[in-house]
Amino acid sequence: MAKRYYWPKKAIFLITTLLIFMVIVMSAFDREVPYTKDDQTHDSIASVTAFTQVYKVLMSPRCMNCHPSGDVPLQGDDSHLHTMLPRRGKDGKGLYAMKCTNCHQPENTPGVRTPPGNANWHLPPADMKMVFQGKTAHELARQLVDPKRNGRKNMAQLIAHADDDLVLAGWNPGEGRTLPPISHAEFKKAWLTWIRNGAFAPAP
Amino acid sequence: MISLNINNKTYSLEADADTPLLWVLRDIVGLVGTKYGCGVAQCGACVVHLNGEAVRSCVTKVSRAIGQKVVTIEGLSEKNDHPLQKAWLELDVAQCGYCQAGQIMAAAVLLKENKQPTDADIDIAMAGNICRCGTYLRIREAIHLAADIQQKSKKR
Repeated sequence: MAKRYYWPKKAIFLITTLLIFMVIVMSAFDREVPYTKDDQTHDSIASVTAFTQVYKVLMSPRCMNCHPSGDVPLQGDDSHLHTMLPRRGKDGKGLYAMKCTNCHQPENTPGVRTPPGNANWHLPPADMKMVFQGKTAHELARQLVDPKRNGRKNMAQLIAHADDDLVLAGWNPGEGRTLPPISHAEFKKAWLTWIRNGAFAPAP
Repeated sequence: MISLNINNKTYSLEADADTPLLWVLRDIVGLVGTKYGCGVAQCGACVVHLNGEAVRSCVTKVSRAIGQKVVTIEGLSEKNDHPLQKAWLELDVAQCGYCQAGQIMAAAVLLKENKQPTDADIDIAMAGNICRCGTYLRIREAIHLAADIQQKSKKR
């Protein structure tokens, strides 16, 4: 007869355990994870507005000159073809006796309009040219978020790219060259606002 | 005191790390085959090899060459018999000669990476080397001849 008292106890224990488990699972679904919340707040207006700033920078000579539509880099504030017509080459680092770093040193060369420098000076490679020149804001925004056309970058890598050494070099172009239209801090803010609000492309 | 490997020889010398390699080569080491043209990497007269690449020594700080391998026109071959040097003599390429060391050093990188360059390949590779005398057509012909000499010497 004593056995009959054990059944309800076991059942209560089991039901309680199940309830606790369910509460834990439900609370996990309700929990806010900061970065996902950020990524999922898709304010398309804020995103597109920020991209107009980003676009102005990317189309400035300091960025666009190394993202040409052809295989010769551009040069100067008027974005003319680079004198001597150096070529992109397979890896974006030039060809034969005309490799980028033959003239472009790890740092800017002193003097007005002498070769600007960076240890990693190069164009995008031949198999992914990442062209800026001639692109509309819509086309460029679409290209930037497409890993097949943006250097195989995911969103996290795209965010980190704002602080890339060669990107930063745009704000240290050497004597005689204009700076991008806004500061790097403003650019980075616009870049992050654009991406974190959904990386929307402006209308075509 | 810095140590440089130039033409397979080690040199210990006093120079500021920011000194252009060209001035170290010419004024300190005494290798005057490499010429000063523009001083801003626009003409190619000062081309030397840094680890096999045709760098412009007028804008290359000597600090970049420390621990690396530098080759000047004087060290391109042991007996002045590099295929390019043979071709240059055969076709009497030089007129005043001032740019020719840079031309040959640039062409040597081209021939190393492309054994039988076309006219277009040569034009791309040599577009950064200016010749005031306008010897461009002879330079192009000489590079073709040097490519043939290089091929023949390998077949032997």
